[in-house]
Parts: sequence; C-alpha cells; structure tokens
Amino acid sequence: MSVSIFVNKVTKIYDQNVILKDLSLEVKNGEFFTLLGPSGCGKTTLLRMIAGFNTIEGGEISFDNKVINDIPAHKRNIGMVFQNYAIFPHLTVRQNVEYGLKLRKLPKAEIKTKVDEILKVTRIEEYQERLPERLSGGQQQRVALARAVVIHPDVLLMDEPLSNLDAKLRIEMRSAIREIQKKVGITTVYVTHDQEEALAVSDRIAVMKDGVIQQVGRPEQIYTRPVNTFVATFIGHSNLLKARIAVENKQTFLELGRDLRMAIDNLSDLVNYNMDVIAAVRPEEFTISDKGLRAKIKSRTFLGRYVNYELTLMEDLMVVPGTYLEVSQDLGLTEKLYNEGEEVCLEPCMRRINIFNEDGSHSLIRGVMVDE
Amino acid sequence: MNKKKLKFDFWSIVTILIVAIFALFLIYPLLSLFISSFKDPRTEAFTLSNFTKFFEKKYYYQALINSFSVTSLVTLLSVLIGVPLAYLMTAFKIKGKGLIEILIIISMLSPPFIGAYSWVLLSGRSGVLTKFFAGLGINLPTIYGFGGILLVLTLKLFPYIYLYVSGALKKIDASLGEAAESLGCSGVKKVFTVIMPLILPTLLAGALLVFMNALADFGTPMLIGEGFNVMPVMIYSEFISEVGGQANFAAAMASIMVFVTSLLFVGQKYIVNRKSFTMSSLRPMKAKELKGFKSVAAHFFIYFIVFLAIIPQLTVMYTSFLKTRGAMFTKGFSFESYTKIFSRMGNAISNTYIYGLVAIAIIVMLGMFIAYLSIRRRNVFTGLIDTMTMFPYIIPGSVLGITLLLAFNKPPLVLSGTFGILVVAYVVRRLPYTLRSSAAILYQISPSMEEASISLGCSPLKTFFKVTAIMMLPGVFSGAILSWITIINELSASVILYTGNTKTMSVSIYTEVIRASYGTAAALSTILTLTTIASLLISFKISGKKEISI
Ligand SMILES: Nc1ncnc2c1ncn2[C@@H]1O[C@H](COP(=O)(O)OP(=O)(O)O)[C@@H](O)[C@H]1O
Ligand SMILES: [Mg+2]
Repeated sequence: MSVSIFVNKVTKIYDQNVILKDLSLEVKNGEFFTLLGPSGCGKTTLLRMIAGFNTIEGGEISFDNKVINDIPAHKRNIGMVFQNYAIFPHLTVRQNVEYGLKLRKLPKAEIKTKVDEILKVTRIEEYQERLPERLSGGQQQRVALARAVVIHPDVLLMDEPLSNLDAKLRIEMRSAIREIQKKVGITTVYVTHDQEEALAVSDRIAVMKDGVIQQVGRPEQIYTRPVNTFVATFIGHSNLLKARIAVENKQTFLELGRDLRMAIDNLSDLVNYNMDVIAAVRPEEFTISDKGLRAKIKSRTFLGRYVNYELTLMEDLMVVPGTYLEVSQDLGLTEKLYNEGEEVCLEPCMRRINIFNEDGSHSLIRGVMVDE
Repeated sequence: MNKKKLKFDFWSIVTILIVAIFALFLIYPLLSLFISSFKDPRTEAFTLSNFTKFFEKKYYYQALINSFSVTSLVTLLSVLIGVPLAYLMTAFKIKGKGLIEILIIISMLSPPFIGAYSWVLLSGRSGVLTKFFAGLGINLPTIYGFGGILLVLTLKLFPYIYLYVSGALKKIDASLGEAAESLGCSGVKKVFTVIMPLILPTLLAGALLVFMNALADFGTPMLIGEGFNVMPVMIYSEFISEVGGQANFAAAMASIMVFVTSLLFVGQKYIVNRKSFTMSSLRPMKAKELKGFKSVAAHFFIYFIVFLAIIPQLTVMYTSFLKTRGAMFTKGFSFESYTKIFSRMGNAISNTYIYGLVAIAIIVMLGMFIAYLSIRRRNVFTGLIDTMTMFPYIIPGSVLGITLLLAFNKPPLVLSGTFGILVVAYVVRRLPYTLRSSAAILYQISPSMEEASISLGCSPLKTFFKVTAIMMLPGVFSGAILSWITIINELSASVILYTGNTKTMSVSIYTEVIRASYGTAAALSTILTLTTIASLLISFKISGKKEISI
C-alpha cells in the first residue's frame, strides 16, 4: 500500500564528487511530488537512491517508519517508469504488464483481473497481444506505466517519462499520467526538467539546483512566491530589476530608478531603509499605462491570446546586463496594440511582484519560506 | 550490513571460476611454454641456447624470413584484390551481388587446407590442369612452395579485406562523395582523395588481420609448402620430432611466434582505437549503373575472382563423387568415397560434431557471462578476465596445441589423448567471436531494462536469465555461428592434440591427403563444407541478415 517517503539528510558521492549533501525531503502519502531542476542537478541521482539502484553514502531514506537503505531494489516494492520506457522487447504488451504479478506468484485468475483492469485504465487493451516494437512512443509509455502501477507499488517513480515524446503527445500523456496516478492513489515521485510539465501535473514541487533543494511547495506557490531569483527565473519568466527600498512616515516604498516610486506593504522584517534589492516582475505583472517606467518597444510577438513585447528601458535597471524587458499583454483585457519603436510607460502590480535581497538569495516578501 | 559484505553472490563465484579457468588453461600453459623455452633440454638449467640456436642456423631463421615474405605478399595481394572488389560491389550495380557475397563468405569460412589440397588436385604433379596444359606443351608454374602458398592464402584471405572495406564504404555518407563532386573532384580522383582516406584506418586494421592469419596458418604450407619452410610448420615438425625427448627448442620458436603476433595484435588494436573519425551514414552511397565496356570489365573482374575463390569447394565436391583406384581418380561417378569414410571414419565425423557442440555450449555460456561481467560489473577481476580473453588472438593454433600438450601431458592434470584437451583448445581459440558479439549486443541493451525488471520484484540474478540473457541471444547467436564454423574446421591445434580415438574430420582430411587418399579426403571435405554452408544459411535465415561479423 501507498506510503510516505522520508529522505533524511542523504548524501551521494560519485568518485569523490559530492553530488547531494544532507538533502532532506518529505513526500506525503498519495501525493504527486515532482523533482524539478536543470539538467545535471541530481534529480535522477536522488530518484535512483529511492529506487535502490544507487547506494546511499549518508543519511536515511524511509518508507513510512521503515528505513530502506539496506533493502535491495527488488524487495522495495516500487514501480518505476524509465525515460526510454524499458519495455521488454521479447514480451507482448500483456506479458510485460503481467511480469511483476507473476513474480509475486499471484493466482492466475487474480493476475488476469488485475491486468485487464489496468490495461483498460491505461487504454492499451487493444494492443495487448502486440510486441512492443510495433507500438508508438505514447503507447509504449502507457505500457510502461501500466506495468509499474499494476503491482500496486508502495511508491511510483518516474524519470523524465515524457521527454522522448513530441510536444503534443507530451501534453496528452501528462494528463493521462496525472489521471491514472489519482485513480490508483500511489505516492509518486516524478522527475523532470520541464517547469511547465511540473506545474501541470504536481501536487507539490521541489525545485533543485546543484544538488540543493531551493524550494518545496504547491505549483501556484512556487510560481507566485518564489524564494529566490533562481526559482523566480527558472519557473516561468521574471524580469529582474534593480530597485531600492525607501521608508517615509512609516510607509515603505519601492523605488525603480528615478521614474517609479510605489508603496509596498507585504515586505518581511528583514528589510532596511535604503536597501538595494531586486524586484522580480513577471511579464504579465506589468500594465501598460501613462505613468511609470518609461520604455521603448523593441519587438512584438503575436501569440493569439497574448501579445509579447520586448522593450528597452530608458533608464537601464536590468540586473542581467544585455537583457530586455519582457511584457505580455492579455488580448482579452486590452484593445490597443503597440508598435515597434513606440514609447510606453509600465506599471508593475505591487501586490504580485516579488522582492529579493541584492544577491537574489532570499525573498523579502513576508511569509515566503523554503518549505511551506 | 556486515553480513552482506561477506556473502559471495553468484557473480563473484562466476568471476572466480572464470579467472580460474583462464589461469589453468591459458596462463599456466603459456607460462610453461615460455619457461620451457629457456630451459636446457638435458640439464633443465636456465639457458638462452634455444634462441641462439634459432638465430644462428640459417635453416631455422630462414623459416621466419620465409613466413614474413610470403605473409607480406599475401597481405599486399589481398588488399589489391579486396579493395577494388569492395569498391566495385558498393559503388556500382553488379548482377548477382547477393550470391557473390555469400560465395565470398563461404570461401572465407571453409577450412583453409581444403584450398591447398584442391589446388594440388588441379595443378599438382598429376593434377587435371597440369596434365591438360602439358598436353598442349605448356608447363604450368608449380603449385608447390612459395607460389602455391601465396595463391591459396590470398584467395582465402582477401575476403577479410573485402568485408572490412565494404563495411567502411557503407558507412560513408553519400553526401561526402557529392560534396567532392560539387567541388569539381570526380572519378578516380574522388576515390583517392576522399574515399581512400576515409577507409584507410579500416583497411589497415583489416590488412593486419590478414597478416596475422597468414602468419599463423599451418594447413596450407604443410600441404603444399614442400621445401618452403615457414614458422608454424617448422614449429610443428620440430615439436613432433622431439616429443618424447624435450620440446624446448620448439617452445622457443613458439615463443618467438607469440612475440611477433603480439606486436601485430597491439598494432592492430592501436589502429582500431585510433580511428579518428567514427562515421555513420544516414544515406549510404547508392550503387550506380555501369555502362558498356566498364560494366563488362567490372563484372569480369568480380566473377573471375569469386570463381577462383570458390574453385576449391567446387573441386572437392566434384571429386568426392568420382570413382577412385588407389590415389587416382578414374572415369565414372560413384559414392564409394562416401561409403569408405562412413565405414572407416564415421568416428571422425561424429567426433567433429560432438566436440564442436560441447565446445560451443561452453563458449556460449562463458561468452555471455564474461560479456555481462565485464560490461555490467566492472572491477579489477573482470578487467583481468577482459585482458585474458585477448590472448587467443595472439596465439597461433599450433602454438596453442603445443602449450596445452606440454602443460597437460603429466600429472597433476593429464588431459593429453582425451577429447577434453581438444575441447579446451576449441574453447580457448574460438571464444573471442562469441564473446565479442555478446559484448556488442549487451552494449546496446539499456541497463534500464534490467532495472525495470528488478524494480518489478525480480532479483538481479533472475533478471539476468529472464531478461538480459534472452535479449542478448541474437548477438550471441551470430558470434556462436562463427565460433562453431571455425571449430569444426579447426586443424592447427587439433593436429597436435588428436590421438587415434579423437580424430576429427579436419585432421582426417589432412592425414588422408598426406596418404594421397584423395577420394576420401574429398568426401570428408564435402561434408565439412556443406556443414559450413548449412550453418551459414541457417544463421542468415534466423538473423534475417546476409552478414557476418568477422
Ligand atoms: N554514475 C555516475 N558516475 C559519476 N557521476 C555521475 C553518475 N551519475 C550521475 N553523475 C553526476 O551526478 C550529477 C547529477 O546527475 P543526475 O542525477 O543524472 O542529474 P539530472 O538527473 O538532474 O540531470 C551530474 O553532475 C553527473 O555528472
Ligand atoms: Mg536525469
């Protein structure tokens, strides 16, 4: 049956390189939990430690109250879905799905009912007698999922399961995965480097960088209240602007260059007078109006529901030199489109933007925590 | 936790067993050979005299010179035939291409001494061609000696060059040739400036392989060398004549051979590893139509070469059905050669298949285990095994025969005279084919297949048998076919290790030819050749490919 996973200060060392150090994590029972981070940050390493394919150099991993460090992989009762699906080519779809059940020596009739059921849930009934080489990528993916889920594993582990599919199928399959996971209710750890995918499928997300967990939270939390500039820019896009905090008559203001000074009331106690900070403003958090930051439109991209603009600020406030300001305009809310070369004024939405300390390492918004 | 570290799992036991097998049947015999080459025949004291004897007497060192001269020419001729053949067959449309390729492979895999012996039948002292041309007043050059060895070995070995080079040509993307042409470089110039440099590393590797094979070949010079002494024959005759006494001098010569082949092997490895460009073509060269005279010339060249190469097989099959009187063939057809061999040499026929099957079973098992250990479970010991599996490449068959005989003709382990020693020789010599193809396919099997099985609750050991081994089978099979074919055709070690009861077909053919009993030799050769062809065709059928990886 489904379990919670406790990762307690684990360390992974490859040939004297410390890949993970004292990493801790908790995955709740039945939860869809995603490890998200750029390639090479250690997601696969952590997942394979949970699976039992990697040794654990320090710390403990437990399923519920049971430490599993010394339990070999084949006795951990996990379901695993691999990036390349790893469907056995010499077995038919049905035999692939039966594989784990047969090893568990279940009665024939029970195997049959279980396999029939999962084939139906994953919608691959009609291919069950085929050999895998004659299946499309999406179908193979479903077989891999069925095979992993049918054994009722304690946890389901998936390592970039959609990365070999084309864009359209990827979106279709991620809903399928989410739906099947909810139907069977298995604790799931899902690895991806695709933030959009992570936001779409997860109950909670752990954002990783260089073997360190940056933030754990629900998708909307991570998107709206990132803990640092890495998360703010890795998940969705954020314009990073140099800013200052000013205090006047017990009222706190955010100053963006000379043009803009706006009251802000959700900062934490960490802020000081005249402190240099970074303001992270997402493209949709700007409104084009008649006052605010002055900027010139460099290019316009029409995307249907949105129009995206790249702009050059009159006064250069960009934290990353040489980047342009990105602003998106929701066509449902505006009539007027602007042209390249036009000058406009931009106002950020103060309730939604994020403020970070000068080096971007932590948020200055009240109540934002690494792990909620 | 501690308990687990102490426990030996299945793979550690297999590793230890394999190391032990290699140590016993390869390292120990080889070491005894080296040691014995430094021993004085009478006093057993350490001496260099065996080596100085070799380099002082012209009679001996001439064999080394002879070996090198004939081998170099064989290599050169093989390249001169194999490269144009490969180019023509790849670049142009040739009628009967499929059949030609099969014939080339057959001529390569048939036992080499059959070639020697057929050419004796054709143009030996009382050969058909000799007599025919003598009737016309023309004296054919003699087939015995240098020229004969050159002819037979070239025809036997150019297929290696052909297969290597056409493999490389297939990997050249058509766009490379087109790019050259768009830059105004075409025809012969294109071949020399673009194509040749691309296949050169492959060609060198193939040429060294041919060189090693020609150098180690025993059957051909033994049958038609006559006065022209080469190393393997010299080692064999010294060894045979000294058995009973000491074989130290033969051991010294064998050590010299091993030294030379090791150098060649290292050279070949170096070139293969240094192949600076790995090519893979998305769009291989397309065969073009040849017109007019060029087409006639190309076809003539190809058909002529292939005909020459396949003559031995045709000759033995034809003559096996001729009536005989003593050593002579007479007019008319009959099955008497066959009835004779079945009544007198049935033993040799069944021995060949039984020993072959036993050896191949061991080879398949070892091949799969070693491939798995050295790819999936790398450690010091599996690395050691990896190195030891290279040894058979550098030990000529006759040398292996001698080392095994020297090592196992006395207690504690007496194997000489048993069929066991033949099986050991076959396994050691022919394991590399199966091992290489097993390793190649295992590299293509993603480890996640095994992990998938393990995650589903299957123990790693069970996973090996249920998933890995089954997925490896096609690759194992293609190598095993090659091991099998070369086992049943093995002569150079067998001829040293056999006794009356453990004669195999190839040994019987050899002894029959020596006795000038050509009819029975032909019948045996035919059975062997047909077994070879049948094995090849079955392998093509099962794998669905008309290819063989040498
Ligand atoms: N078997 C291994 N041996 C040595 N280093 C490894 C091994 N596997 C992964 N690494 C290293 O560990 C780091 C994390 O890798 P990985 O977990 O695969 O990243 P991700 O899955 O997030 O892309 C990388 O720097 C990688 O080079
Ligand atoms: Mg990864």
